Amino acid sequence: MRAFIGALVLGLFVALAPTTAAQAAQSLIIEGAATSADDPTPVLLDADLYLPQQTPAPAIVLAHGFGGSKQSVAEDAQWWADQGYAVLAYTARGFGESTGTISMNSPQFEVADAQRILDDLAGRPEVVIDSSGDPRAAVAGGSYGGALALLLAGYDDRVDAVASDITWADLESALLPQFGVGEPTPGVYKSLWTSFFFASGLGFTPGAPVTECGRFSPDWCAAYLDVATKGTVSPDVAQLMRASSPVTVADQITAPVMLGGGEADSLFPLSQTNLNAEAITSAPLKVVWHAGGHDGGVNENERLRDLTAAWFDAHLRGGPAVANTFEVSLTTGSALNSRDAGSVEVLTAQTYPGLFGDAQTDLALAGPPQQVLAPAGGEPAAITALPGAGGLGALAGDRLGVPVPGQTAAFITEPLPTGQRIIGSSRVQITVSADRPLTDAILYAALRVVGADGRQTLPQGLVSPIRIGQLGPDPVTLDVILPTIVAQAAAGERLAVTVSTTDFGFRNATEPAVYTVQAGPTVAVPSVTGAVGSVSMPAWLWPVGALVVTLLIWAAIALLRPRYHDPVSPEPVAPLAVSNLVKEFRGGLRAVNDASFDIPAGTVVGLLGPNGAGKTTTMRVAMGLIAPTSGDVRIFGEVTHPGSAVLSRVGCFVEGPGFLPHLSGRRNLDLFWRASGRTGDPQLGEVLEIAGLGSAVDRRVRTYSQGMRQRLGIAQAMLGMPDLLVLDEPMNGLDPPQIREMRDVLKAYAAAGRTVIVSSHLLSEVEQTCSHVVVMNRGTVVYSGTVEHLLAGRSGLRLEDVFLELVGEGHGVER
Amino acid sequence: MTETGYRVHRTLTVRVELARQLRRRRTWIALGLVIALPLIVVAAVKLGPQQRGFGDGDLDLVGLATAGPWNFTLTMLLFSSGFLLTILAAMFLGDAVASEASWSTLRYLLAAPVPRRRLLRAKVIVGLILTLLTLLVLVVASLLIGWIAFGGSALTSPLGGTFSTADSWLRLGVVAGYIGLMLLIPAGIAFLASVLTDVPLGAVGAAVVLVIVLNIVEALEALGDLRQLLPGHYTDAWTAALVDPISWNDMAIGGAYAVVFFAIMVAAATLRFDRKDITS
Repeated sequence: MRAFIGALVLGLFVALAPTTAAQAAQSLIIEGAATSADDPTPVLLDADLYLPQQTPAPAIVLAHGFGGSKQSVAEDAQWWADQGYAVLAYTARGFGESTGTISMNSPQFEVADAQRILDDLAGRPEVVIDSSGDPRAAVAGGSYGGALALLLAGYDDRVDAVASDITWADLESALLPQFGVGEPTPGVYKSLWTSFFFASGLGFTPGAPVTECGRFSPDWCAAYLDVATKGTVSPDVAQLMRASSPVTVADQITAPVMLGGGEADSLFPLSQTNLNAEAITSAPLKVVWHAGGHDGGVNENERLRDLTAAWFDAHLRGGPAVANTFEVSLTTGSALNSRDAGSVEVLTAQTYPGLFGDAQTDLALAGPPQQVLAPAGGEPAAITALPGAGGLGALAGDRLGVPVPGQTAAFITEPLPTGQRIIGSSRVQITVSADRPLTDAILYAALRVVGADGRQTLPQGLVSPIRIGQLGPDPVTLDVILPTIVAQAAAGERLAVTVSTTDFGFRNATEPAVYTVQAGPTVAVPSVTGAVGSVSMPAWLWPVGALVVTLLIWAAIALLRPRYHDPVSPEPVAPLAVSNLVKEFRGGLRAVNDASFDIPAGTVVGLLGPNGAGKTTTMRVAMGLIAPTSGDVRIFGEVTHPGSAVLSRVGCFVEGPGFLPHLSGRRNLDLFWRASGRTGDPQLGEVLEIAGLGSAVDRRVRTYSQGMRQRLGIAQAMLGMPDLLVLDEPMNGLDPPQIREMRDVLKAYAAAGRTVIVSSHLLSEVEQTCSHVVVMNRGTVVYSGTVEHLLAGRSGLRLEDVFLELVGEGHGVER
Repeated sequence: MTETGYRVHRTLTVRVELARQLRRRRTWIALGLVIALPLIVVAAVKLGPQQRGFGDGDLDLVGLATAGPWNFTLTMLLFSSGFLLTILAAMFLGDAVASEASWSTLRYLLAAPVPRRRLLRAKVIVGLILTLLTLLVLVVASLLIGWIAFGGSALTSPLGGTFSTADSWLRLGVVAGYIGLMLLIPAGIAFLASVLTDVPLGAVGAAVVLVIVLNIVEALEALGDLRQLLPGHYTDAWTAALVDPISWNDMAIGGAYAVVFFAIMVAAATLRFDRKDITS
């Protein structure tokens, strides 16, 4: 057992040790593009180069997220280097130790910086070169780095593969979304997230003076201040934002792209991922919707890294091809703890279905037109998602997203007849009017799941903001794209389309108004067909495999069954014949050392010897309980081994009685007989009479005295009156009348042609009971023959004296 | 010389072994415990001070415990599967051979002679029957007690939705069956230990300690995906029986693992016992 655990632990350590350790990182300063339009001095980019053991190798450029630095991707970089890539992790301009200012991945600046990095890699002997000046390189990043990866691939065809995660496609529609189809853009200002985002770029350090713009470039600082103050986008700012939007160059990308989107992301939601996916038309594309994102969700980093590794291996090193399938993570809440995220299963579809799934179900919505209040000042506002709270938002789970009374209209479906898996955006038509003429009516639409108990959950905490340019008492009808969600509604649950007037995360309307809202008549709910779970092996294969393995184990065990080849019985057949028996126990103790003797039939034989002479060991070998080291014991001519059938002709009592303490004496004998596999008459009555227990025979054995158990044990040995009876110290614990009785019983037993072997230290007993004796000492037989012969010529001597003489020092075998 | 009528297939039949074990006090204590558990919980809910925390409608299994007999039974299974049922399974299998050694009955059975593999066969089957019986008694007792205490509402899933009565039976059956399969892991460890030692408590204790160690290792996040290789990694996979439709993947892996693990443990025990010197 100890060895087993040791092997297990050792195995774990071996498995944990990296197979090819990369070398330590080396720090570099790389000259980037011009500092600004007016200052041509190149910025200095702080970078680390991680080299694998084998060079030259394909390179991976790692770009960090907003507010991070090369340090934030250090762990990833080391991992990629261990996989055999040359990794360049660098700090973007305006962050960390790099110089320059933040221009939000502007093609002139950040993208140009990354191009200088490709130039640098092309000049390094450790990096594989496709052609002069063109390194074999992939670029990977998430969020801010993800946008850079796409933009770089769009502007520079030297990029050979891209992995981009949770990033924007179009900066304007990401930060000022509009989900009312045909309504004016930009939409509603995502104030809370945008301010968090901006603040993380200010780079405040304690003690340093507080500035308005931090390390943002003057253009971008002004743009932010303008948007944050007015809640809308001026043409100049729109121009700036467009330049930094991957969607503008996505059709230029030819390098294979793995595009990730976070289901728990209210900053850059899946609708942004979708915009990129639809714009990348000239490159192999694999889209992955995972359970993480800027709101936290479930961390799937390890799975994503493995997917990316397969992608890069396929496209940089000629590894096994990766199918361009669409993968979407289905999160199941934990049944055991409502605060746990539970488990993630992956649904795989052959093609990317887009925002509205590969099929839609139209569900009828019930509910009259409802009036909702847009409160003055936009407060109190409903809290749906908590930007920047990370895992905290996920922990709060369904406790967020509770509608504010009077501000939400709800339109509810019938209970679902079967479970419904929702993957993508639902679509619904809403009709709105206001009690007064307004510019910029702002509403938030969402799809909620309503439990049987009426409890509502807002999947992923996502809402779709809508800005209606002009609204008055005349109803306006518009199509609304509901949030892109991945959710499961169980049978019996209902879906609700809700329309609210406030949301904590957005710039709400401050003018008060009362709207009349109607949604429906139906909502189109998307679904995606695909295989769930481990794609490589369907579930039913596991039990079948287990069955096969179990049967194989069974067969192996059957083959390993111990086999005994019994030689033909020699004639004449003695009830018990011991020949050259040796038994050496572990540790070298030789309990029996070359013992040989025969027992004649129809006799009572005494087996004598001091403690440790080997009597009990010989008996145990005879019963097949222990294996002899060499030599053998035969019973009626057959060599005994574990389970020898011939043992059914033997009754034994060795080293004290053994009974089930919770059963009566009678029940013990009955069950022992039934367990012994013999079919004859147990002669229970006669045997119990010999035990002489009286009425105690029906009491539990636990209550018996030592002597009673002793007698019951002898009785058990006699069950069915076997041909050979082996009794070890049978007289122990018996009183003189019982001893006398037992003596007669044994003599009578042998008189019927059966054989009895009695081991005893009561020499006078043996003398009175036995016709033959076997005397053992230190594992060998020192005498075997009749008592008469042993005592012959020693008139006046008793067996005791002869015995002591035999076992004393220096005496050889006497026959 | 007489013919004894000895027939190998009549030695230590399952029926005889059951008769030998059923009257034992520990069997009755085990069954009593699994009946007492739901009784104690109901008493605590009904008589205790009204505090939130149990059956308070939280969206998890324990929060929904008082929703009806099926929910109550699932909660009882959750409560007992981690420890109580594990210990009982370890006891029924761990004590199987070691207790015979400690009573000195082992040598008499083997000399009867009961072939060694036949003895193990009877021990494994009866140990599993008693474990299954305990699980069944827990389920039936919880259903009855839950029904009396909380009415007959069908199963409500913490993951959303309420099942029909027929579906409630099905889901409960799947969960109980899966938990039964998972008990093969402590049972297997205990059975191997039972053959290695002559001390019944040692065998049970070794199994329980090993299961606890496995749980601790399972909690080590640093091991990452390696934890999928541990027995017991899929212990809670039965929660997938509460979603619609049932997600079989993890349960299939966990069940397959438990069965193969048990087979390996029994195989190891058999190979050891085949040639073991019986000195008890």
